[in-house]
Amino acid sequence: MATNYETHEYDVLVIGAGGAGLRAAIEASAAGVKVGLICKSLLGKAHTVMAEGGMAAAMGNVDDRDSWKVHFADTMRGGQYVNNWRMAELHAKEAPQRVHELEAWGAVFDRTKEGKISQRNFGGHRYPRLAHVGDRTGLELIRTLQDHGIHQGISVHMEYTIVSLLKDGDRVVGAFGYDRERGRFRIFKAKAVVVCTGGLGRAYAVTSNSWEGTGDGVSLAYHAGAELLDMEFIQFHPTGMIWPPSVKGILVTESVRGEGGVLRNKDGKRFMYDDVPENYKSQTSTDPEEGWRYTQNDKNAKRPPELLTRDHVARCINREVKAGRGSPHGGVFLDIAWIKEKIPNSAEHIKKKIPSMYHQFMQLANLDITKEPMEVGPTTHYAMGGIRVNGETQATNIPGLFAAGECAAGLHGANRLGGNSLSDLIVFGKRAGEYAAKYAKENSAGKINDAQIEAAYKEAIEPFERPAGGGSEGPYQVQYDLQNMMQANVGIVRLQNEMEFALAGIEKLKARAAKVAVQGHLEYNPGWHTAIDLKHLLTISEAITLCSIDRKESRGGHFREDFPNKDPEAQKYNSVISKSADGSMKLRREPIPAMREDLKQVIEEMK
Amino acid sequence: MNKTVTFRIWRGDAKGGEFVNYTTEITEGLVVLDVIHKIQATQANDMACRWNCKAGKCGSCSAEINGIPKLMCMTRMDTLNTDKIITVEPMRAFPSIRDLVTDVSWNFRVKTKIKKFNPRKPDAADGTWRMMQEDVDRVQEFRKCIECFLCQDVCHVLRDHHKHDEFIGPRFLVYTAALEMHPLDTEDRLPELKQSQGIGFCNITKCCTKVCPEHITITDNAIIPLKERVVDEYYDPLGWLWKKIRPQG
Repeated sequence: MATNYETHEYDVLVIGAGGAGLRAAIEASAAGVKVGLICKSLLGKAHTVMAEGGMAAAMGNVDDRDSWKVHFADTMRGGQYVNNWRMAELHAKEAPQRVHELEAWGAVFDRTKEGKISQRNFGGHRYPRLAHVGDRTGLELIRTLQDHGIHQGISVHMEYTIVSLLKDGDRVVGAFGYDRERGRFRIFKAKAVVVCTGGLGRAYAVTSNSWEGTGDGVSLAYHAGAELLDMEFIQFHPTGMIWPPSVKGILVTESVRGEGGVLRNKDGKRFMYDDVPENYKSQTSTDPEEGWRYTQNDKNAKRPPELLTRDHVARCINREVKAGRGSPHGGVFLDIAWIKEKIPNSAEHIKKKIPSMYHQFMQLANLDITKEPMEVGPTTHYAMGGIRVNGETQATNIPGLFAAGECAAGLHGANRLGGNSLSDLIVFGKRAGEYAAKYAKENSAGKINDAQIEAAYKEAIEPFERPAGGGSEGPYQVQYDLQNMMQANVGIVRLQNEMEFALAGIEKLKARAAKVAVQGHLEYNPGWHTAIDLKHLLTISEAITLCSIDRKESRGGHFREDFPNKDPEAQKYNSVISKSADGSMKLRREPIPAMREDLKQVIEEMK
Repeated sequence: MNKTVTFRIWRGDAKGGEFVNYTTEITEGLVVLDVIHKIQATQANDMACRWNCKAGKCGSCSAEINGIPKLMCMTRMDTLNTDKIITVEPMRAFPSIRDLVTDVSWNFRVKTKIKKFNPRKPDAADGTWRMMQEDVDRVQEFRKCIECFLCQDVCHVLRDHHKHDEFIGPRFLVYTAALEMHPLDTEDRLPELKQSQGIGFCNITKCCTKVCPEHITITDNAIIPLKERVVDEYYDPLGWLWKKIRPQG
């Protein structure tokens, strides 16, 4: 019976302890409510640590022509106008305050000559805008929030996995999960729940995401009745490592290009010059010399084509490889070593500007990036889509349930600009914490339903009760098969029949997942955890595939070979996924609300 | 090129355990964590191992490989002699949970006892500060720490003498140094460093510096300057006299 489980009671429960979760927990506890924070791993290890380049905020420290208006217009252009414009507006306006707040909490950003926070160039941002710390900005963000948060009276539960959200009628009133160390199940009662579980890259074979990125929060929210938005928009980062095989997918930061790195094919040609999209032509240089000056902060220079948006660069790399002009291991060359022609002590300069890239290649690939070019190729990096939220409060359509960060959708539209993720975490993490605390103050605790808990418990431990052999298999093979199928059929270039094949494949994998058996004990058992994650991976894969089949055009992270162009009509709607009464997944197109006149004008001015 | 290797992995929990040999085939370019994952997926589904980013940035997969504290994700197989059996065991300075996973919660408790960052008033009217790059270089070195706790694992004060109640270890001396040397910070952490945090226990053998995957010069840049500050504050007779007789206020 449910009374056997230890119960924790909070006003606000935050699920996920990356940048958004920590920021939400800090804000809620500052509002005076009791906060619990669930970490899937140890505190401070969340995938935010992998963010390298920086956080975008129009502070204008390096170029005073920057303002929230330019940032807003850049974000909308990058997202190809299917963004939630209210979120894009709030994000552009509030990011500078959030960055300054981090400094007040101890973050140590790189400096300008005047001693202000330095800002760097990044793809799709018109002016140098990314506050950064070398190429380990995500670590700085998470450590600053962690070190501030531990003095706020937040109860931290490390290495816990949530298997189900608990409901009282329509409202979410808590969560049920287990600790990884011992496999003990726990009830978390809460007046409000904030989901900040990050990404879902593990649905693909080649990804920059860690094992944690299995879309848990998106799937938990969906199964609790929340709507999902724009799941077709997946960002394939153009530059992941491709060699050696064991590191395939690990991110190579965009800062390499921001600091002057160039992309070449096997013939040594800078192929990015061959294909510059119409709406970026006025901002892109045609002269390599001018492009170099741009990376060195020449205000009058236009950006090199390597710094076009990620979706575009990824497709160009894909094209080069398919045309047989790739590098030996099936990617292209990313060369920063060439800057020795421009800078006297370039090796030291590179080590200072992108130190962790230097170490990453030195240690994992035995390659000195100050001397030789890297081999890179696209890697599944980020989900623009996710849980549908109110742009101001981060509330979902389910009372008591909020979401922020990568697992929430809207800000980035069809394609996220580099640097807009870390700022997203702090802007909307804060808002989610604030409004969840407000909700918790205005509502009493809901009732916990024992039957729900028992059902969730039974589902979670079922894999142990299935006998090995006799039609059952281990969880890993099912996971691999799903990842390979999604990679091949719902990846960077999409086709109707391939995606239909994947949709049918998902049904078969669901049947296999329902028979997965695991051995051993409840304590720190990775096979068991993989079995539990399968449900989430299958849920989000189905949502991604459904939305991708439905959107018959190419936009941002969603590229269809059978519909290679943008359809102006398709710019008018978002894809919305919900769970119907019979448990099946349904999709509808929902018109995007008309943009406010003043914001329309901003976009016109910035064209 | 494929090759057969044998891993000798510690399996067990707080009650005890034993080494178990696993033989598997490896391909070019693998790291130790890849081999652990392969064994996990094919031979031992329930083998516990903590990891996240697999790129040396999160500091989760700390272990002792052939007796040396390292990150499994950053140890290339071609740096090891694969003709011999390769031993992988958990960090020995922390209690076992299961297999390669240890209980590192002590570290998180220690951190909460160190006084938090406390900045001076903002320098500019808009609430921002000014700091020069050369003034933050040192602090940025310390802030590279990924909290893998390998330095804590190798520190003999913790590992052999179990002074966990009296000494905070190299990780938190680096953490304190980052706060003490932060240009904006106004807090004084020297009394605790001298007393409850036991900086005197460190006898600068530099083992921590050697194992740091982020190449932080823990001993020379963090611990020794902190020791000097403590000495200046508490053990300098002229300084002591000056503090007694200097005009107050």
